[in-house]
Amino acid sequence: MGDIKFMKGNEALAEAAIRAGMQGYFGYPITPQSEVVEYLALQEPKHDFVLVQAESEVASINMVYGAAGAGARTMTTTSSPGFSLMQEGMSYIACAELPCVVVNVVRGGPGLGTIQPGQGDYFQAVKGGGHGDYRLIVLAPNSVQEMADHTMLAFDLADQYRNPVLILSDGAIGQIMEKVELPDPVTTKIEKPWASTGKTPDRPRNVITSLYIKPEDMEQKNIELQAKYRKIEASEVRFEEYLLDDAEVVIMAYGVTSRICKKVVDLGREKGVKMGLLRPITLWPFPVERVAQLAAQERVRMFVTAEMNAGQMVEDVRLAANGRKPVYSTGRMGGILPTPEEILDFSLQHMK
Amino acid sequence: MKTGYEKIYERPDTLLSTRMHYCPGCMHAIVHKLIAELIDEMKLQEKTVGVCPVGCSVFAYDYIDIDWQEAAHGRAAALATAIKRMLPDRLVFSYQGDGDLAAIGTAETIHACNRGEQFTFIFINNAIYGMTGGQMAPTTLEGMKTTTSPYGRLAKTAGMPLKMCELVSQFDGVAFAQRVSCNNPANVRRTKKAIQRAFEIQQQGLGTTFVEVVSNCPSNWKCTPEVSLQKVKEEMLPYFPLGVYKEPRS
Repeated sequence: MGDIKFMKGNEALAEAAIRAGMQGYFGYPITPQSEVVEYLALQEPKHDFVLVQAESEVASINMVYGAAGAGARTMTTTSSPGFSLMQEGMSYIACAELPCVVVNVVRGGPGLGTIQPGQGDYFQAVKGGGHGDYRLIVLAPNSVQEMADHTMLAFDLADQYRNPVLILSDGAIGQIMEKVELPDPVTTKIEKPWASTGKTPDRPRNVITSLYIKPEDMEQKNIELQAKYRKIEASEVRFEEYLLDDAEVVIMAYGVTSRICKKVVDLGREKGVKMGLLRPITLWPFPVERVAQLAAQERVRMFVTAEMNAGQMVEDVRLAANGRKPVYSTGRMGGILPTPEEILDFSLQHMK
Repeated sequence: MKTGYEKIYERPDTLLSTRMHYCPGCMHAIVHKLIAELIDEMKLQEKTVGVCPVGCSVFAYDYIDIDWQEAAHGRAAALATAIKRMLPDRLVFSYQGDGDLAAIGTAETIHACNRGEQFTFIFINNAIYGMTGGQMAPTTLEGMKTTTSPYGRLAKTAGMPLKMCELVSQFDGVAFAQRVSCNNPANVRRTKKAIQRAFEIQQQGLGTTFVEVVSNCPSNWKCTPEVSLQKVKEEMLPYFPLGVYKEPRS
């Protein structure tokens, strides 16, 4: 048995980052993620990592750029308005192909919004909130355990693909306390010969940049990035299924809403409706093929997406279903958790 | 081939032979050369990481043969902070213009100085946005005509030009701040000494080091290189006085 603790999601994420061998953390306080920087500040003297409380999210994401370019395992965490401030940096990091972990513990928006949990940043996360063609690998934990597990995974995926990885959590998963089995610390260090650490005679100078002033060079860079993204799409799709084998109604949800939807499936089955849950774990790459397979099955009558926004992931489900089955969208906005009954009633109405 | 000549100077090893894109008379080339000379003389090539800005010197990494990171506009101080924190035994410097360091990046500049981050700012102040074609900078002189202040900078609406050396020297975290220029050979030598001093103080870990080079922009000042040097002397230096603004406490 590993190290079992009772922790907040944000604390489990912070502890996992230490165990993943994070060397540099740069962050700015914002509710509902401040426990991450608070936990790390408490732990800092006991471990070998650097912590800087930056002057803004603009600075913290650029510190992450600098640390990643210097070859370090590095992370920043924030919540929705702060993630908006980071979009310039995300685009530069993606183009410079720097591995790093960024966490958005989403709250209700738009604007200053509310500090209650939300899922309104889905588009920003999976379509790229900054300028230009780029992708983040986006993980969506739905438990305190996954806050820890996804953090370990995020650092590995970032290094493997030299790509920023976003953990898209929400205020509920960040704040709830649950049992968590903490992962074992990582001891192996990854070689990063591309890092900008001081030019040695055995190699040409390393330059970390996203500047390609000649259009032919910029296009070539884009071609390389897109090839990497296709590889990620082919290899890194992750999802969880619940009672899908005979399902006629496929509910789709991620993060905290997926926990509510498990209950929806149970309630529906109690009423004799064959429901199942498809829960994307990677929001990008999205489980397009699995949705398409389900949409092609005769017994599947419809999809229902439940989100804490006005309907964002529903667009990806519709693209994947490609008109073969109806896809309905429900949920709440403004930082309100939908109840299982609300989602069930919505689904049953659309079955008539 | 003639003989009998004694070689008294050559291009520093760290300065690449790539043809520079800078306009004739621009001081960027001189400052690049001084940095390369110092890296050679102080044997720092393997230990140095530079941070390029967005501005005319965005291609500095094509000219100086060291490891670099290219920052977004205004963010060089944030990158340099993290690089030095992750690699504390390296020499780290940012090379930034006035728009980068004193407008869009003011917050990053001030907070890095206030935290006493152990890197060197090399700040090229030519009172104009060069790369974007001559717009008003935070350091544009009062009355100076630019494409966005075509009738001359008005203090009433644009404020007075920011004096960065005076500003950053107020912070306890800053160990060394000096304003220099490269408008004549004596001042070029003083600039080299100032940058050397900054690098040495950085290596001693005494705090942030800041060298402001009052520079020129013949192209966007719309004058010859020679006239631009006169303008540096007669218009820039009276408002931006040369000198040491901060020394490490002995």
